[in-house]
Amino acid sequence: MNLATFIQHFLNSLTLGSLYALIAIGYTMVYGILRLINFAHSEIFMLGAYLVFWGITLFHLPWPVAMVASIILVAGIGILVDRIAYRPLRDAPRISALISAIGVSFFLQNVAIVFFQAIPRQVYRPAWLENPMLWGDVRVLPLTLFVPLLSLFLMLALVYIVYHTKAGLGMRAISKDIETSYLMGVSVNKVIALTFGIGSALAAASGIMWALRYPQLQPIMGAIPGFKAFIAAVFGGIGSIQGAVIGGVALGFIEIMTVAFFPDLAGYRDAFAFVLLIGILLVKPTGLLGVKTEDKV
Amino acid sequence: MKRLVVLSLVLAMVCGFAGMSVAADDTVRIGVFLPLTGQNAFGGQLELEGVQMAHKEMGEIMGKKVELFVVDNKSDKVESANAVKRLIEKEKVQAIIGTYGSSLAMAGGEVSEKAGIPQVGTSCTNPLVTQGKKYIFRVCFIDPFQGAGAATYAFKDLGAKKAALLIDVANDYSVGLANFFKKSFNKMGGEIVATLNYQSGDQDFTAQLQEIMSKEPDVLFIPSYFAEGAIIMKQAKELGSKFKIMGGDAMDNPEITAIGGDAVEGFMHTTFPYDPSMPDMNPVAKKFTADWNKANPGKDPNVNAALGYDAYMIIMDAIKRAGSAEPQAITDALAATKGFVGVTGTTTINETHDAEKPVGLVMIKGGKKTYVGSITPEL
Repeated sequence: MNLATFIQHFLNSLTLGSLYALIAIGYTMVYGILRLINFAHSEIFMLGAYLVFWGITLFHLPWPVAMVASIILVAGIGILVDRIAYRPLRDAPRISALISAIGVSFFLQNVAIVFFQAIPRQVYRPAWLENPMLWGDVRVLPLTLFVPLLSLFLMLALVYIVYHTKAGLGMRAISKDIETSYLMGVSVNKVIALTFGIGSALAAASGIMWALRYPQLQPIMGAIPGFKAFIAAVFGGIGSIQGAVIGGVALGFIEIMTVAFFPDLAGYRDAFAFVLLIGILLVKPTGLLGVKTEDKV
Repeated sequence: MKRLVVLSLVLAMVCGFAGMSVAADDTVRIGVFLPLTGQNAFGGQLELEGVQMAHKEMGEIMGKKVELFVVDNKSDKVESANAVKRLIEKEKVQAIIGTYGSSLAMAGGEVSEKAGIPQVGTSCTNPLVTQGKKYIFRVCFIDPFQGAGAATYAFKDLGAKKAALLIDVANDYSVGLANFFKKSFNKMGGEIVATLNYQSGDQDFTAQLQEIMSKEPDVLFIPSYFAEGAIIMKQAKELGSKFKIMGGDAMDNPEITAIGGDAVEGFMHTTFPYDPSMPDMNPVAKKFTADWNKANPGKDPNVNAALGYDAYMIIMDAIKRAGSAEPQAITDALAATKGFVGVTGTTTINETHDAEKPVGLVMIKGGKKTYVGSITPEL
């Protein structure tokens, strides 16, 4: 493998990895606060991509406007999902909320199949993202840089919210101990709604970028990326935002580099990636950056 | 005692039926079972029209009148078996045409096979339909056969010497086509320089494509479905690939240009060897197209109708060669079919009872599907 090919593989890995990371953050935020695996997350991701499509085709919005509108709308949908499907079950056993999450996931998927139809749709891509740049022998689409950069920006914004704002303080407090937070006067439901809003906005952003990178829309498009990002979140240590980022990027690199260095294993690339992840979890059961938490009864 | 009565009644019925089947010597009875309602009705209706057109053209064989018995299998496996049962037991047919849909053909085939009545499939392309069966045939090629067609075109017409394969290992169709491509391409003297795999549902093919590009093949064969195919082509173009790309009939979907855009321009895929726009039609196909257009103004003939037509005609051909319309005689003659000229090209029935025939080739030009020509695959 020459240097140019390696750089190309490296950039492809970075793009894929940053998309996984962005989705993984959504899983990890909700889990960190509610100890709930939000299975509907991958459908939120799908909705984000579709809403851009409809914004452009139905309302003739310019692409950046459609993108922002979609992210805002999807954040609203995320909050609504929490209000309808999770909040009433806050005091119920954890398994009930989990089943509710699976239900929401199936519901959204089927709604999408009925309204959007199962045929794959094309994706609009602004021309400036498509014109390849040549750096010596390396061929780079602006898109390949755009995705990791925007992801990085969104992650930094998130870190700012979580660690430097009052709402972020609330999030961190709830994730430590929800009961005590109530008693200390944190408006728990508002903070949780905000968490869902932010998580869903990130999912929408990653859905939109995923559709730019792999340009087709399908109602089940969220299932596999969502599943992989969830595993990335567990791998990095679920509940930890930094862990989700590291897990996501690592998974992207493992997937691409496996094929790059062992082309014969390409068909087993998922199996190979997951065997590696299982190995790491066996050594460090809480994930890379996970902290051991005592079970709250 | 009661059991004995029932038994003797059943016996009497069986004997009665057996006795009846010898009757009606002055007609040839052909059964047709097709999905005329349900989800596959679109294809079934067209195939029936093809069969009826052929029947109208050749309503008599060896001085005997040919009678058609049409039963709807309702796109359902159970109905399919019932339909064949009815054709054999009630209508006493000597040969059966059908059907559209491999699973329907398999369900019906079980019944024909047991009864020893020859059955000729129209558009059931799964290899399992005829596997291990003595009485089941078909006029369409089996899916993987297209792989050989693509390889032949790549080697002979495109002059490709080095080919690469990108295979969906979770999909029998994809693996089958790739195997046939490989065998045929190697046999002609070409070299497969890269074989990369992926799994259904994958969306990132950059790593595989990068590896393929480093081997500099002349042509890349991707026997996938159109949705994945379009994305593969898009990514290949983004990475700056220079090879030509080919695929199988699963790529035959108008959406492919919508999703792939200019990345699918020049893409070629194999398909059934009949299209009203094809340039190199044989006289049978020419006549079929003209007759169809006369009978159905404003509605283009399609390959399903052509296969229905061919299924009927290949049975007539077998009866003529056998000099008899007895089911066993028809079966033996069908198995020996060689160089039968039909609408969908020249057909030879091979030892697995599948049709060896030309493969059609389509290219996307200016965002539109264009029929390039028919290829006789090098097996």
